[in-house]
Amino acid sequence: MTDLWDGISRAIWMVLSLDANLLEITLRSLQVTLTALVVASAIALPLAAFLSVRRFRLRRSVIALLNALMGLPPVVVGLVVYILLSRSGPLGVLGLLFTPTAMVIAQVIIIVPLIASIAHQSLRDLWAEYHDLLISMNVSQWQKITTLLWDARRALLTAALAGFGRAIGEVGAIMIVGGNIDNATRVLTTAIALETGKGDFALALGLGFVLIALAVLVNLAIHWLGRTEREGRW
Amino acid sequence: MKRLMAMMSAIVLATAAQAGDVMKLAVTTSFHNSGLSDVLLPEIQKDLGLEVQLLVVGTGQALKLGQAGDVDAILVHSRKAEDKFLAEGFGTHRREIMYNDFVFIGPDSDPAQISEADSAVAALQKIEAAKAPFVSRGDDSGTHKKELGLWSAADLDAGEFDGWYRAVGAGMGAALNTASGMNAYIISDRASWLNFGNKGDLALLYAGDPVLFNQYAYLPVNPDLHSHVKSDLVADLESWLVSDKAKSLIDTYKINGETLFTFNAK
Repeated sequence: MTDLWDGISRAIWMVLSLDANLLEITLRSLQVTLTALVVASAIALPLAAFLSVRRFRLRRSVIALLNALMGLPPVVVGLVVYILLSRSGPLGVLGLLFTPTAMVIAQVIIIVPLIASIAHQSLRDLWAEYHDLLISMNVSQWQKITTLLWDARRALLTAALAGFGRAIGEVGAIMIVGGNIDNATRVLTTAIALETGKGDFALALGLGFVLIALAVLVNLAIHWLGRTEREGRW
Repeated sequence: MKRLMAMMSAIVLATAAQAGDVMKLAVTTSFHNSGLSDVLLPEIQKDLGLEVQLLVVGTGQALKLGQAGDVDAILVHSRKAEDKFLAEGFGTHRREIMYNDFVFIGPDSDPAQISEADSAVAALQKIEAAKAPFVSRGDDSGTHKKELGLWSAADLDAGEFDGWYRAVGAGMGAALNTASGMNAYIISDRASWLNFGNKGDLALLYAGDPVLFNQYAYLPVNPDLHSHVKSDLVADLESWLVSDKAKSLIDTYKINGETLFTFNAK
């Protein structure tokens, strides 16, 4: 129990004293995860909309596959990305292993199925409402997709936040592809793993509380910026 | 919504720029956990203007990283594996830098009485005879290889032990955490032990047998195999590591008044 209190007071102290190291790894955590989130959303949201409006033969299988991949084990994703990016692997010439870019790639792979699955759920319901109207207006496939995405933006925000949640707390994959290098690829989660390994539970817990606070803050900020729960339905 | 998009792209675009010489060095967890790297790296940065990025892994993975060309050099402590690495042509040469030693850690009450053992091998035989809980790294690291070598020197096969022998497959710190939780015996390098913060009822029970000495060596990765390896920087770092300045920093590095490493580069 004393460790827990030590952790809390350590967290408060680190935040109040604006610890330079803490600031650096916190910003890196944010940078990696937000980049991954933007890239993943750019892939997953149009994909989800496409799956809602377009009927094709393998549609059900693709949806089922996306749902199943929501549980993709990060450590396996990390290992596969590692092997691909290693100097002796097929993409080795890019020299991306142990860089923040490699961490972004791993996180994108992990959260695309999650965002696409959740987004598809809400887009499908909206499509059921809009179907007759849009068909009668004889709009193009592209217009259908953009209309759906724009009108469902609040629900899509939830999908993106779920992706953010999974990515910011992830440690298995980014530890492998990032290497937890001080001043280069160390982020909050890998720093927590490192301090736990050293037996410094108070510092590890302190970093943990900072991570939780960060996740809450980002969620609040996005809700505020997106004005959820304030305007009409969408 | 537009404000949100603008903010997101601003954060994404704000990437940090990197400048100066950078090289990647794979080191063992025991070297990093000792805290010595925190003393040496800033000095290297100051003297050579070289940023050494450390990948802290087990010896097995360090060698693998060197083999694949994902790092520029490695600093490890497992003679047999190093010789094999060189024989297969993955490294250019091996330079001994310094040594520390392994120690036996266990519950303060010492149920297997290893503090009275007269050699490291005898200590292990006592643990086996008492069937006292023992935590093994089990991760193919230098420390793990050392432990397995000692078991076979004691005419015992670690593969045949039952419940009391726990291979955790983790780094030194995590393995020490496990041993602390189970009140088990464990073999650790002295540096990791001294720097470890969660000792609980554990204590240092046996040390000093010369077979427990742990030689660290620096192996540059072969640039013939991997043309992107920064051989110049690797050579700079090597000459710094064997310099008088490194010698005094290494020999005077202490935790709780105890010397950890002995410089022995030639």
